[in-house]
Amino acid sequence: MAEFDPMEQFKLVPVFGHFGQQFHFSQANLFMIVAGALILLLLRVGMSPKAVVPGRLQALAEISYQGVMSLAVGSIGPEGKRYFPLVFALFFFILFGNVLGLLPYSFTYTSHIAVTFALAMLVFILITVVAIVIHGRHFFSYFLPDGTPWILAPLIVLIEIVSYLSRPISLSIRLCANMLAGHVMVDVFAYFVILMGGAGAIGVFAALMPMGINVVMIGFELLVAFLQAYVFATLTCVYLHDAVHLH
Amino acid sequence: MDEKRDESSFDQRLNDARERQRLNDPAEVAAAAVPAGDQATQSAWGLGARIGVELASALVVGVVIGLALDRWLHTTPIFLVIFFLVGAAAGMLNVWRLTSPRKPPVEKKN
Repeated sequence: MAEFDPMEQFKLVPVFGHFGQQFHFSQANLFMIVAGALILLLLRVGMSPKAVVPGRLQALAEISYQGVMSLAVGSIGPEGKRYFPLVFALFFFILFGNVLGLLPYSFTYTSHIAVTFALAMLVFILITVVAIVIHGRHFFSYFLPDGTPWILAPLIVLIEIVSYLSRPISLSIRLCANMLAGHVMVDVFAYFVILMGGAGAIGVFAALMPMGINVVMIGFELLVAFLQAYVFATLTCVYLHDAVHLH
Repeated sequence: MDEKRDESSFDQRLNDARERQRLNDPAEVAAAAVPAGDQATQSAWGLGARIGVELASALVVGVVIGLALDRWLHTTPIFLVIFFLVGAAAGMLNVWRLTSPRKPPVEKKN
């Protein structure tokens, strides 16, 4: 048996032969496009009947729309409607990335820090720009809470700035680490199944245990996939709330 | 005459809609913005994981800033030491913000 490497599943490989090599078009890009297309398809096809009493797909599309809308409005406030398209896009891009990654032979682009960090930086730059546009120079008072003793001010400002800068890092690491850890776990337990299965008659029975664990793990991963997308969207909303209202 | 009536009725309806969406009164706009959803996903495990990530990420930012400043100013350990501590403090602050109940948005006079 070849060397076992649970990280191998995250390796980027060019797809579509020559074309992929020419344009560095990897599975990550492919699955991003697939995810985007599926989201558009869900909304387009789901909403095409325009029925008053929705069918299944239409109900799904409507629920996803209303769910994200209530999240945005609930945590940002009535102005949240302005940022709804962004939150919706982020939530579904991450959700589809996570869930598609659970299918066999697929690839989880959200397990790459490059992808999640880019998304987090997008959010970070956006909240900073929004805060500066809305509050102007007043934005910088964010780093100096009310009632700070002046002798502590330099220290507090420093700490607040570092705390602010840590937002994109924590946002991206959380998503990436969750996806990475889940997939590595499933992979490791799957390897146990093969190892034990190769150990004769008793091994086949012993292999049932990691197999059972993997069944549970996949269900758990589905939960994590949804939860992490939700957490990302929620934190985006919380940061936007801070940007719009400053404290 | 008829047109005028239509216009005013449109204004009326627009105003009603804004009233319903609570966009007319800035104080109410702010008051409605109590962050929900923050508590919704909070299981003990999730909270623990989030705390770990918050601590680590602030520390990472502090160390990176310290290393960069040292490299730039050729003062090797000084800024690293300072910003390591600042990063640790910022991590604590993040955790404090995460675990302390969010105060309802107070109206600030600005």
